[in-house]
Amino acid sequence: MATIHVDGQAYEVDGADNLLQACLSLGLDIPYFCWHPAMGSVGACRQCAVKQYKDEDDTKGMLVMSCMAPAKDDTRISIDDDEAREFRESVIEWLMINHPHDCPVCEEGGHCHLQDMTVMTGHDRRRYRFRKRTHRNQYLGPFIGHEMNRCITCYRCVRFYRDYAGGEDLGAFGANDNIYFGRHQDGVLENEFSGNLTEVCPTGVFTDRTHSEQYTRKWDLQFAPSVCHQCAVGCNTSPGERYGDIRRIENRYHGEVNRYFLCDRGRFGYGYVNRVDRPRLPEWRSERDEAPMTLEVDAALDRGTDLLRTARRVIGIGSPRASLESNHQLRELVGEANFSTGIVAAEQACLERMLRLNRESGVTTPTPRDIERHDAVLVLGEDLIQSAARLGLAVRQAALARREGLAAERDIPAWNAEAVKTLGQDRYHPVFIAYPTRTGLDDVSAASWRLAADDIARLGFAVAHAIDATAPGVADLDPALNDEAERIAKALMAAERPLVVSGGSLGSEAIIEAAGNIAQALSRRTQQAGLTLVRREANSTGLSMLGGHSLEWALQALAERHADAVVILENDLYQRLPDAQVDQALTTAESVIVLDHQRTATWSHAHLGLPAASFAEGDGTLVNLEGRAQRFYQVFDPRYIRPETRIHESWRWLHAIEAGVERREVSDITFDDVTRVCSERHPALAGIVEAAPGADYRVHGLKLAREPQRYSGRTAMRAHLDVNEPRPARDPDSPFTFSMEGYNGFFQPRQEVAFAWAPGWNSPQAWNKFTDEIGGHLSAGDPGVRLLAPQPGDHDYAHEVPVGFTPRDDALQVAVLPRLFGGEETSSRAAPIEARAVAAALTLAAGDAERLALKEGSHVQLMTALGELSLPVHLEAAFVPGLVGVPAGLLPFSANGEWAALSVVTHGPDPEAVDLHSQASARGEEGRP
Amino acid sequence: MASNASLRYRCQLWQTARERQPETHPLTWRLREDNTRIDLDDYLAKDGYAAVRETLGQQSPQDVIETMKTANVRGRGGGGFSAGMKWSLTMQGEGIPRGYLVCNADEMEPGTFKDRLLLEQQPHLLIEGMILGAYANNSAYGYIFLRGEYVEAARSIDKALAEAREAGWLGTDIAGSGFDFDIALHTGAGRYICGEETALISSLEGGRANPRTKPPFPGQSGAWGKPTVVNNVETLCNVPGVMRHGADWYQGLSGERSDDGGTKLYGVSGQVERAGLWELPIGTPGQEILERAGGMRAGKSLKAWLPGGGSTGFLLPEHLELPLDFDTIGKQGSRLGTGLLTVVTEEQSIVSLLRNLESFFARESCGWCTPCRDGLPWTVKILESLERGEGEVGDLELLQELAGDLGPGKTFCAHAPGASMPLSSALKHFRDEFERGVSHPSRAAHEDPIPVGNV
Repeated sequence: MATIHVDGQAYEVDGADNLLQACLSLGLDIPYFCWHPAMGSVGACRQCAVKQYKDEDDTKGMLVMSCMAPAKDDTRISIDDDEAREFRESVIEWLMINHPHDCPVCEEGGHCHLQDMTVMTGHDRRRYRFRKRTHRNQYLGPFIGHEMNRCITCYRCVRFYRDYAGGEDLGAFGANDNIYFGRHQDGVLENEFSGNLTEVCPTGVFTDRTHSEQYTRKWDLQFAPSVCHQCAVGCNTSPGERYGDIRRIENRYHGEVNRYFLCDRGRFGYGYVNRVDRPRLPEWRSERDEAPMTLEVDAALDRGTDLLRTARRVIGIGSPRASLESNHQLRELVGEANFSTGIVAAEQACLERMLRLNRESGVTTPTPRDIERHDAVLVLGEDLIQSAARLGLAVRQAALARREGLAAERDIPAWNAEAVKTLGQDRYHPVFIAYPTRTGLDDVSAASWRLAADDIARLGFAVAHAIDATAPGVADLDPALNDEAERIAKALMAAERPLVVSGGSLGSEAIIEAAGNIAQALSRRTQQAGLTLVRREANSTGLSMLGGHSLEWALQALAERHADAVVILENDLYQRLPDAQVDQALTTAESVIVLDHQRTATWSHAHLGLPAASFAEGDGTLVNLEGRAQRFYQVFDPRYIRPETRIHESWRWLHAIEAGVERREVSDITFDDVTRVCSERHPALAGIVEAAPGADYRVHGLKLAREPQRYSGRTAMRAHLDVNEPRPARDPDSPFTFSMEGYNGFFQPRQEVAFAWAPGWNSPQAWNKFTDEIGGHLSAGDPGVRLLAPQPGDHDYAHEVPVGFTPRDDALQVAVLPRLFGGEETSSRAAPIEARAVAAALTLAAGDAERLALKEGSHVQLMTALGELSLPVHLEAAFVPGLVGVPAGLLPFSANGEWAALSVVTHGPDPEAVDLHSQASARGEEGRP
Repeated sequence: MASNASLRYRCQLWQTARERQPETHPLTWRLREDNTRIDLDDYLAKDGYAAVRETLGQQSPQDVIETMKTANVRGRGGGGFSAGMKWSLTMQGEGIPRGYLVCNADEMEPGTFKDRLLLEQQPHLLIEGMILGAYANNSAYGYIFLRGEYVEAARSIDKALAEAREAGWLGTDIAGSGFDFDIALHTGAGRYICGEETALISSLEGGRANPRTKPPFPGQSGAWGKPTVVNNVETLCNVPGVMRHGADWYQGLSGERSDDGGTKLYGVSGQVERAGLWELPIGTPGQEILERAGGMRAGKSLKAWLPGGGSTGFLLPEHLELPLDFDTIGKQGSRLGTGLLTVVTEEQSIVSLLRNLESFFARESCGWCTPCRDGLPWTVKILESLERGEGEVGDLELLQELAGDLGPGKTFCAHAPGASMPLSSALKHFRDEFERGVSHPSRAAHEDPIPVGNV
């Protein structure tokens, strides 16, 4: 700690900070641009100038940039000093010289850091009377709009894109007052975190194109705290709604999970919520081939209860993309013995092993933020950038963090970003990666190996053995690979905080067990090892904690007529198992009830389809891959703008059906009730009631506002429906109002923040007002509760070491490779993600291609027991011979490890044949007028 | 002299061989009357590499640094910082990698052409200085960062490097001392800012020529994060003499003229009879240099002069009597800079001259920090306006304000303060010339409205 004096007042601050960060942490406002809490200081913009005095007697002082000055003990500064204020005003004046002042038509207007800083400095009169410099803009792909004329040249974009996220195709060009931030030519920004440019940019140069299409000012959006459903990391988001559509997703600060950044799938993958083909009314068809008829709620419930009452036995198929509450309610409806998690057996086995390791390996799972503090990382069988992108970004920071240690040895403070980078050069903490193909983190890795799943596992077992000789060794391991295992073991042992990252992406239990053995071996040798296990879907971890039969079990029960009715919760079974297998079960079943918010292939088999709430219309709890239960809140009431819709949370539908089946009155049920019962039924989930405050939470007696206080148009927005303005919908499930009435401030600490706003701070920089210190935690503590922790006990190593992978002459083994864009069910239904997805191709080792007489781009037919694919071939010199890499989302997940035959397609492919599930790709128009 | 002076321009040293003696003109005594390059044989015949032979292996690197500190060779690129002091701050020792010695030969200061003389005609002196510098600083490798347009110098250096390497003055085990060192020539791509030592390093690494914050100083973390020393050509060329003859000799060269030691390559450009260069004791007054240049051209009278390049402040004729050294000129609100005088005649417009200078500085801003990037072009626009007689009431005050805001401590590096120095000094000395450009009161709209829909 250090004592600094600001305008005569003494404060205790963290002496490792710079003055800007220290002052902002104290709640003192100093304007800034180029500094960013996650990226440190570079001293470029000169906006944060303050007057610094040498000592108590110095009355003259001199201007310093607070971001570049250490908050040393006994530092004396003045923010209010006249010269400092005038200089800061001048800086804005210079920045405004070429700025187009197009705020009224700028997407950034209303949440613009440049606007905020301009107001803060008091600059309001233009003296520059000459012509402005202008730029041409670029096409940067479906996500990011580009308007270079607004640029104030703070260099944040390239610093984030290149230095933080490892991107290469965005740079600074030109010199003097003609600096240009863009690509070398028009084209799609390649980095998977490009969306953060929209928040990192202090003005409207980089904006969200998905938002521009359906633009609404921040103050006119309705928000709720939400949790991203697009993978298992559980990033906190702040979706904004207007006129019944989600208009954009912004980052919601969480001090341990995502902090300031999201991946592009999470930010731009929300379009499925807005699809016009979404089921919005209950649908009924008595025969499978009939066109469905729509029903009112009561009629739908009657039919539903009839179907279930007359059934002999009802199977419930849950979903890892649905909330705990919905899954729990389904399990209550059908009974534990009849409940399937909706996850295929192989994946479920992986999930169970991961869960067991989280409890029994003796090693804790670091939070994503904590990952950045690990100093050696081994990644087994995951391409994190594709399977859990935000974690991949965290591992990148772990690698880069070595520079900060090196800098500290030379007394260079960690915040001095350029100096840290210069000194560190390409010296990183060791990251080792074993995966069938190249990964998004290879560029910061100490070494990476292209291996088939079983060989990745063998490498892992060998590493464990090298760390602790009592761990099982690997027979007949290639000596070269053994050397590599020893090299990895040595690096992990040399680290203070080694981390093992693995997961179920390749569907291999052996890889997970190998990772577990390494973690256990490390835990016997060092205190601070970490184990991170990647799950596939938003609630995969939660479902594995809830438990249930596999999906195959459920389908078999139906196909073999052990059960005659099925209730399917938010799950497109065709994404998981082969069409024939699903078809057989669903056609055999007498009654099929499907709840979903998407018109999936499974939905088309429903006798009764019930329109479920997506994350935007309902509340729920998810458990992320670190075992953190997190609450997402309903963003808007779908009936307010579209009174005809009958969308409800699945748990609400299921509760009503249960009451009907039991011939009880349908009583009111609230989210808190469901969560409470769920936590009571499942001891492992007991903590979920602590994940979020109950509906009765109040601040100063007030509920919390979903809308900013400047929210406009409430009296007019429904005028085309009814001139009478209805009272805002009431929310029995949460402490939030569907209104601007309620608390929205930062002064009273609270965990659940729908949108970040503080007086004078309209941009995402307002999050700094909600944290205990800059870059720290939300001042009331970060939301959510961790449910998984190592349990004491002496647990043995896994001993089943697989034999090595042997290529076959007549077939290739399928490796389903996760992909960020197009590899996940719901976000793939968003038009911008579809547009961003790279054309699917089968990856082959160059040698195999030669043997098969295939060239880059040759069209081939891939035949597996689980389906066929017709795709062009992509050759990769270092790809594992004998494998074929199949992009996720094209074959059922269970195809991993299947053997497949390849044949050349002589005629060009039918473009539609690429997708096995033509119904799933039925194009729904994005957006509404 | 310069009997074979061809049409091709060469920087001219207007001193006879007789005047240039080894003990008084350490930088130029070897130079040939015909201005041709001194090759290795010639250089060796004139005491060349003697300092290397006598120093490497005979004295410790710390001894070299001590000698340089005592000699107080102040940075001849214009900074005036003691080279010995700089070298003493280079990190060396256990766990510290061997770094780089970089010669700043990116001579682009307006009105400056002194390094060019040494580079074109006597490259071995620089190489010798660099070897000594590398020895003192434990540098593994040297770079000569040369202004790209100096193609003749590049040719000359290339030849000299090959000669030196061939003769064993570069490479492994130099002169049997066990010291390894070699030098590469890097030609710049034409940015003035590369003369700023940290921007030079950024550019050398292949990055944008943005300056870097200090601390850490290049001696702590310079090129590729390793300890790096950047010295000007003339500074490094002084090292062999200092090591050969000692610090006291060097200090004595300036006699009573100045507290600074050694000689200085002075020069004059502008409307004088004979523009060119002279090696003179540091502290020689401007008057003497102007006289050596034959005074002002016939019919011209001196209005003002810049003592050391475009980034120094204007001085008046009355300042010609002052000794031209770092501290004396510094006290006059200007800087010695490179020590090459630019004279301004009575009929030359200060506003036009300044507009020309500021256009240069605005163009050469790297674009990193706001005041420099966006403030300098604004001064240019105002100066253009005043030059055309279209200035507004308030423009002078605005220029004054900008000159202050572009000053030291407010910008990221010394580029904008360098640009503001001629501006603020011109406003101080020649305010009337600026006032003559003001034609109308302040107006609301800008003078050059862009028609709607036209952009």
